[in-house]
Amino acid sequence: MQNTQIPEYAIETKNLFVFYGSFAAVSEVNLKIEKQKVTAIIGPSGCGKSTLLRAFNRMNDFVPSSYVTGEVLMRGQNIYGSNIDPVEVRRNIGMVFQKPNPFPKSIYENIAWGARINGFKGNMDELVEQSLRGAALWEEVKDLLKKNAYELSGGQQQRLCIARTIAIQPDIILMDEPASALDPISTLRIEELMQELKKNYTIIIVTHNMQQAARVSDYTAMMMLEKDGSRSGTVIEFSETKKIFTNPKDKRTEDYVTGRFG
Amino acid sequence: MKQENTILENKNFRPLDLKKKMRPGESVIQSLLFISGVLSVFITVAIVYELGKEALLFFNNPDVTLAKFFGTTRWQPGIGLFGIWPLVTSTLITSAIAIFVSLPLGLAASLFLSEYASPKARSALKPILEILAGIPTVVYGYFALLFMTPLLQKIFGEGVQVYNMASAGIVMGIMILPLISSMSEDALSAVPRVLREGAYAMGATKFETSLQVVLPAALSGIGAALIIGISRAVGETMIVAIAAGAGPNFTFDPFKAAETMTGHIARISGGDLSYNTIDYTSLFAVALMLFLVTLVLNLISQTIINRFRQRYE
Repeated sequence: MQNTQIPEYAIETKNLFVFYGSFAAVSEVNLKIEKQKVTAIIGPSGCGKSTLLRAFNRMNDFVPSSYVTGEVLMRGQNIYGSNIDPVEVRRNIGMVFQKPNPFPKSIYENIAWGARINGFKGNMDELVEQSLRGAALWEEVKDLLKKNAYELSGGQQQRLCIARTIAIQPDIILMDEPASALDPISTLRIEELMQELKKNYTIIIVTHNMQQAARVSDYTAMMMLEKDGSRSGTVIEFSETKKIFTNPKDKRTEDYVTGRFG
Repeated sequence: MKQENTILENKNFRPLDLKKKMRPGESVIQSLLFISGVLSVFITVAIVYELGKEALLFFNNPDVTLAKFFGTTRWQPGIGLFGIWPLVTSTLITSAIAIFVSLPLGLAASLFLSEYASPKARSALKPILEILAGIPTVVYGYFALLFMTPLLQKIFGEGVQVYNMASAGIVMGIMILPLISSMSEDALSAVPRVLREGAYAMGATKFETSLQVVLPAALSGIGAALIIGISRAVGETMIVAIAAGAGPNFTFDPFKAAETMTGHIARISGGDLSYNTIDYTSLFAVALMLFLVTLVLNLISQTIINRFRQRYE
């Protein structure tokens, strides 16, 4: 019955485990990610935050011997279903990485390339401009479109990566510590940008910076290694960011967000 | 624990002395490195000097003019024919055939090894490919003469002469294939993983990622492989000496016999030659020309690569 309902969530995971060989890096995750909100995944280093995030666009497929059990549902379809094309999944779930990784091409081509391989047939100049405007970068680069992307500053490169992601019009944008390699001013610009982007996109961000999670997110998932000593990470608490930071249910969450741990 | 503390707490085990010290080991190493650097430059300069000196004797001969050298198409210094072109064109044709064979095959092999093969398959295949590079060129020469030529004759008919440039060129291509593929594979593998991930995250397929993101990013390394491949092909002697033909022949038909610059030097210097004859000095002129051709081809490839290379980082 549940599967036939109109899905209210951007992503829903059911009993999700991510394995590397026989090792469960992430276990038993049940999340319901709200549409057009920012959801933060926080937790100490090595608890599987990035692994979980990468499970949402099947990036772990490139790690040999990794596999997934359970379900990740997007609009009612399990993205790990047997008839699912991971390339199509990634076309609908974009990703921004920890270290800015523009392609070694021109600024223009960085955006046009993704659109082109995804079959975009419209006015490319317009798409490039709109994507750059959407990533709050247009004014800075409009006269440099032919320049190599690596001539931009780190913060500009990261916004270019966001621009190329929105150019392919995904439903969801995953961000893996997108500001951890940036200076405070660039970080602020990315955070402001996220507030703009959530009007049109669902955003899931991994961050090790709790202040950032508190500032930008509507919901927060707190991850922690399992108590049984298996080195396997899981979500121990998931609710509105306000609640996580002011009134957490789990003692471990409270210790973490108040800085007594981690 | 106690003992460790006492050692570390004893701050006066070494008196403060900030005076300049002699470090003989450092200067010895530095001079050795400097000498090695100078020596390799010196050897190169000496070779070019020697080439130039002897070639000058050739050009000082009253019968030889630059107009004849570059303006005529028959090379027979013994009877006063000094046109260098038949040797140059056959060198260029055999080398072009070799690059035409090895570049696409080598690139495809390197793309497979770096982007598609499992780590296990790669570690098995790469050494096998590199064995190809260890085969002596004389073996390749007879492979060209006794296998490739009959094969070409079977395919293209009687027009294919027993000695011909096509067969030597194709086999030279096979010879430099491991070089091109191995060096290109290194260049492709050196492209940061985050670039591939960026492409995949955009919904690119493996083929789109390999061909449109990884390959362009590795272009400078692949270009270096191409330059070394060209130099190897232009300078290769044994294969062309055995299979391409003995005797200068100004032709653009790859199925005809024609001697290359290297093949010519090897054949003539293998015979009886007395010092200071025109035959003797002419060899240095050919060698100098060979040097120039290699240099020019390297410069051209370098320029092309610089234009198309993509900078990351």
